[in-house]
Amino acid sequence: MFTSLLIGSISLATVFLFGCVGEIITEKAGHLNLGIPGIMCAGTAGGCFAVDLYMKSNLANPSWIMLILFTIFMAFLFAAIIGGIYALLTVSLRCNQNITGLAITTFGVGFTQFFIDNYVDRTNFDAASKIISKSLSFSSNLGWFGKVFLSYGILVYLAIIIAILCSIFLNKTKAGLRLRAVGESPATADAVGINVTKYKYVAILIGSGIAGLGGFFYIMDYIGGSWENAATIEALGWLSIALVMFTLWRPTLSILGSIIFACFYILAFKITGVSFTQMAALKLLPYIVTIIVLIATSIRGNKNVQPPASLGLNYFREER
Amino acid sequence: MQETKTIKEPLFHIIKRDNLSKKKSLLIYAVSILVAFVIASIFCAVSSSDGGSPLDMFVALFDGVFGTERRIWLFLRDTAILLGVSLAIIPAFKMKFWNLGANGQVLVGCLASYACLFYTQNTNISSVIVILLMIVSSILAGMIWAVIPAIFKAFFKTNESLFTLMMNYIAEGLVLTLITIWAPSGSGTLTPISKNTLPKIVNDQLLSIIVVAIVTVFITIYLKKSKHGYELAVVGESENTAKYVGMNVKKVIIRTLLLSGAICGLMGLLLTGSINHSVNSTMHGGLGFTAIMTSWLAKFNPLVLIGTCALITFVSRGMGEVRKAFGFYNDALANVVLGLIYFFIIGCEFFINYKVIFRKKKNTTNEKQENKANTIKEDK
Amino acid sequence: MTEKYAIELKGVSKFFGNVIANKNINLTVKKGEILSLLGENGSGKTTLMNMISGIYFPDEGKILIDGKEVVISSPKDAFKYKIGMIHQHFKLVDVFTAAENIILGIDDGKYNIKDVNSRVKAIADKYGFDIDPKKKIYEMSVSEKQTVEIIKVLYRGADILILDEPTAVLTPQETKKLFTVLRKMKQDGKSIIIITHKLNEVLEISDRVSILRKGEYIGTVDTAKTSEKELTEMMVGKKVELKINRAKTDFDRPLLEIRNLNINGDDGSRKIEDVNFYIRGGEILGVAGIAGCGQKELCEAIAGLRPLVSGQIMHKGESIVGLPAKEIIEKGVSMSFIPEDRLGMGLCPSFSITDNIMLKNYRDNKGPFVDRDLAKKQAEALIKKLEIVTPSSETPVRRLSGGNVQKVLVGREIESSPNVIVTAYPVRGLDINSSYAIYDILNEEKKKGTGVLFIGEDLDVMLALCDKIMVLCHGKNMGIVHAEKTTKEELGLMMTGSLDLNKVKKDKQFGKAKDSNLTAKEWREEAKKQKEEKGE
Repeated sequence: MFTSLLIGSISLATVFLFGCVGEIITEKAGHLNLGIPGIMCAGTAGGCFAVDLYMKSNLANPSWIMLILFTIFMAFLFAAIIGGIYALLTVSLRCNQNITGLAITTFGVGFTQFFIDNYVDRTNFDAASKIISKSLSFSSNLGWFGKVFLSYGILVYLAIIIAILCSIFLNKTKAGLRLRAVGESPATADAVGINVTKYKYVAILIGSGIAGLGGFFYIMDYIGGSWENAATIEALGWLSIALVMFTLWRPTLSILGSIIFACFYILAFKITGVSFTQMAALKLLPYIVTIIVLIATSIRGNKNVQPPASLGLNYFREER
Repeated sequence: MQETKTIKEPLFHIIKRDNLSKKKSLLIYAVSILVAFVIASIFCAVSSSDGGSPLDMFVALFDGVFGTERRIWLFLRDTAILLGVSLAIIPAFKMKFWNLGANGQVLVGCLASYACLFYTQNTNISSVIVILLMIVSSILAGMIWAVIPAIFKAFFKTNESLFTLMMNYIAEGLVLTLITIWAPSGSGTLTPISKNTLPKIVNDQLLSIIVVAIVTVFITIYLKKSKHGYELAVVGESENTAKYVGMNVKKVIIRTLLLSGAICGLMGLLLTGSINHSVNSTMHGGLGFTAIMTSWLAKFNPLVLIGTCALITFVSRGMGEVRKAFGFYNDALANVVLGLIYFFIIGCEFFINYKVIFRKKKNTTNEKQENKANTIKEDK
Repeated sequence: MTEKYAIELKGVSKFFGNVIANKNINLTVKKGEILSLLGENGSGKTTLMNMISGIYFPDEGKILIDGKEVVISSPKDAFKYKIGMIHQHFKLVDVFTAAENIILGIDDGKYNIKDVNSRVKAIADKYGFDIDPKKKIYEMSVSEKQTVEIIKVLYRGADILILDEPTAVLTPQETKKLFTVLRKMKQDGKSIIIITHKLNEVLEISDRVSILRKGEYIGTVDTAKTSEKELTEMMVGKKVELKINRAKTDFDRPLLEIRNLNINGDDGSRKIEDVNFYIRGGEILGVAGIAGCGQKELCEAIAGLRPLVSGQIMHKGESIVGLPAKEIIEKGVSMSFIPEDRLGMGLCPSFSITDNIMLKNYRDNKGPFVDRDLAKKQAEALIKKLEIVTPSSETPVRRLSGGNVQKVLVGREIESSPNVIVTAYPVRGLDINSSYAIYDILNEEKKKGTGVLFIGEDLDVMLALCDKIMVLCHGKNMGIVHAEKTTKEELGLMMTGSLDLNKVKKDKQFGKAKDSNLTAKEWREEAKKQKEEKGE
């Protein structure tokens, strides 16, 4: 049971990881994006749309690499477009970030539900999902090691790679330093000649794109290509945002954090011999844990693990 | 994305506007809502496989909302409930407490009322007592749900938006858990209980409308006239100032959220006790989030709020008919259109708060809305 | 005129909405010279410099660098022309190290923090700075932060340095050090513009002085050929004689007595150390000191907003230590602290004047409702009495000018008829007329028998207005002197810590009233009680 729980957790964690890393990048630019749930949905819409398009034209002989590249591109693109609306409103038009984020989520969830139900043919989802979630061929020969570490679809590894790259970017590169400066103190960044607007836009677009992959992964890999509704992805999106705080804005820590979260999330399904009531109660676990973490971090209040100093505040240079 | 350029290049620049006349800002709002509707109608016409012109959307929209007497009543009732939840949110928001948890606070109100109905359905307790019990328990439930994050915010500055958000999911989970206990063997849905529900006035709708009307008056007075309302506004404006003049900021935060939660619980009571007679995990219908938008758009003014709530309810109810008219599969269309309207209203505030000035030609504004406003004025 | 200037401004103007910040300014800076830009608060010095450094773009006029006209539309452009500005409010990222802040925004080369660290060290050694490149900004003192800012612009190879009020936050020793560094840079051929309103510094460091007044250019003079008097006249227009009448009053018994006070700042460091003082009714006690030497913490402690480490605060012989702020207000102790941004403490910017007037007395009437009609009447009376310029009593204070905002704040404090007024920087950023209006208000209160604690910046004003002056240096009481018997020089020495009257006049116990409301025994008992409470 433990291995199955671990495998399930790592798999589901990918959804959180994409969402969380995407939000971290956005927050590092000083923008609290409550639109992430909607953006993750939009990524799903884009990816599913791409699956439909590709499978229809290459039904006889679908290529793994082409399908992966095309769907990832489209999921990223759709999510980034919705993220672009958020960026336009909050960066250029300086609208309230919380309100804009909620509007984005309303729109993203509605749009995705509407779009997939009306315009996406789901007949080939099952087949496509099998291709997308295909694991490394030799993993089954390596016993439990292969099962725990190598039995996943490519997107799981992609998420981990992105998280690590993101960490390197933020801590070891000049551009990362600048991005952090923009989120900490845009006036300072501006005064040393950093193009604050550009950095904010790029961070929001890329962050959104990455988050979008999370929704797509959930539908096409985690639950095997069966479309339920956008609300499920929305709930995962909110948890991803909470995870950002849980992992103290550190992408590498979020790898571990998302696995722990995912573990709580699926615990109810993996424990055998519980009643329906107990199972339903167990499903509350991830939310309760989030709250406990929220409280714990706020009580501790350490200067080094605070959110970016200008998170949630828009920048207007000529403010006097 | 043009605006991004303006800061960098000295061709034209943005300055903060101190106050635009009320007329002009209303016009900017009206124009942007209209543009949103036009875009939505074109979207419907273009994306529908059944054909139809953009105008059809407006026809269907009005038919969906005002087509029959019952529809009108339902529109009024839904507006009332949304208004109620928005009113619950406003005091907290004025205090800059981001209560994203109205969904959960409403839901526990529903849950508490249903619990009263459920456990008294086979007893002889008089309906007056049951109803009193429902009122008290639902309000209390809403208060508890709101005050928990408030306490932690007040004492430890715990981030309230995520906290309240998580409380939503816990409320939903709690409902699902109790359904497994209450529902007849694993069906997953509860049977409505009509014994001892709230009294009917003329029809199923009027009671809610009356209750919310009272709440509206109460909140309006509370915010504008009462010491409490004044205190929470000061806390929202500047916590430092509040402390300097000797206010107990913690007490104000907790007290305000108790009120917020109480009204949410009351709305839950109406939803279960008067309207649905049952409970499920989605009974809040996302009202909590919608209410955030309506109260923000109303700039926390209870009277303007009636208008914004009516507008949003108009769209969400009317879109059901539009969907049928254009042959779409599901109700998600309403959210798409609502999202569009939100974007435009949120975006247009930029033009109310800021002025874009060309550097070469001085005193000419660079806003479409502004120019439009001027031309309209000149026409008159 | 064939001489090439390092930088030259011709007819530069800048407007903010309807406010004229700079109008038709001409300015020249030679290579290898230090130019002082002199002017009162709000005379447009900072705005002008922001235009050179690319924060603002001028609405009119030209900027020439080395004789060529240039367009500086962003800080990046400014760097291109080797201009670097050290802002008054440091533009540093708190959670970054010094080195990270220094290289932020530089395009060339790879990101190698070790390399940067050694280059920073090299620059620091060249000019005689003392800096640890790996230290985080939030762990630094003010002067360290300033050093980071200066190295930041030097690292970028700046030839023109602009320093906005660099000495405002420094101790005299630190100022001396800074001036040495500036002279070294000058020898190195760099041009330096230093914004200030301190005349002695102007005379000490600069080659020439340019003066601004109310956004307009007044003129430029050679430092060698000018005097303090001439500069003052150019700066303020007409010659100012400080004619503050010290109201003659009979002093009462001590109203507020403070003994052995110890207070910590937000960062946990000791901000007030073993301070004793008292205020009598009908007396204005001035508090002089360099910015940040514990004034804010002292105010907050008296008002009940900051916990004490130890010590007694007695109001009319009763302890107010540990009482909630509300009860201290009810006892008649009023506190108004004007922070640097003026709004935010004591006022709600987007509230109307009426609503701000209510802040302190809205609790007074019975019942659950606020009495806005009464407040409106009070507001209108106050507007009349203090000649507050406003369209109506319902105008948000955010839209009033600075002087009027302060009149609202100080006026409200007095309306509540307090018996002790603690006021910090009540004339911060005000023009002379508005300042006098505030002084008059305080004198009026003094005549009524109110005790006033006046924390100020301008020594001349304090000498004229206050009865006694207490001098703080790093949170310690350097002594209390009679305003009539002391001099500016003496105060200056005390502020910088070079003169400690406690050591000079060992027989005198500063800050302990002979006719205290409490006997020595009672004081001891109070102290003992406090210790016992702490022990529990």
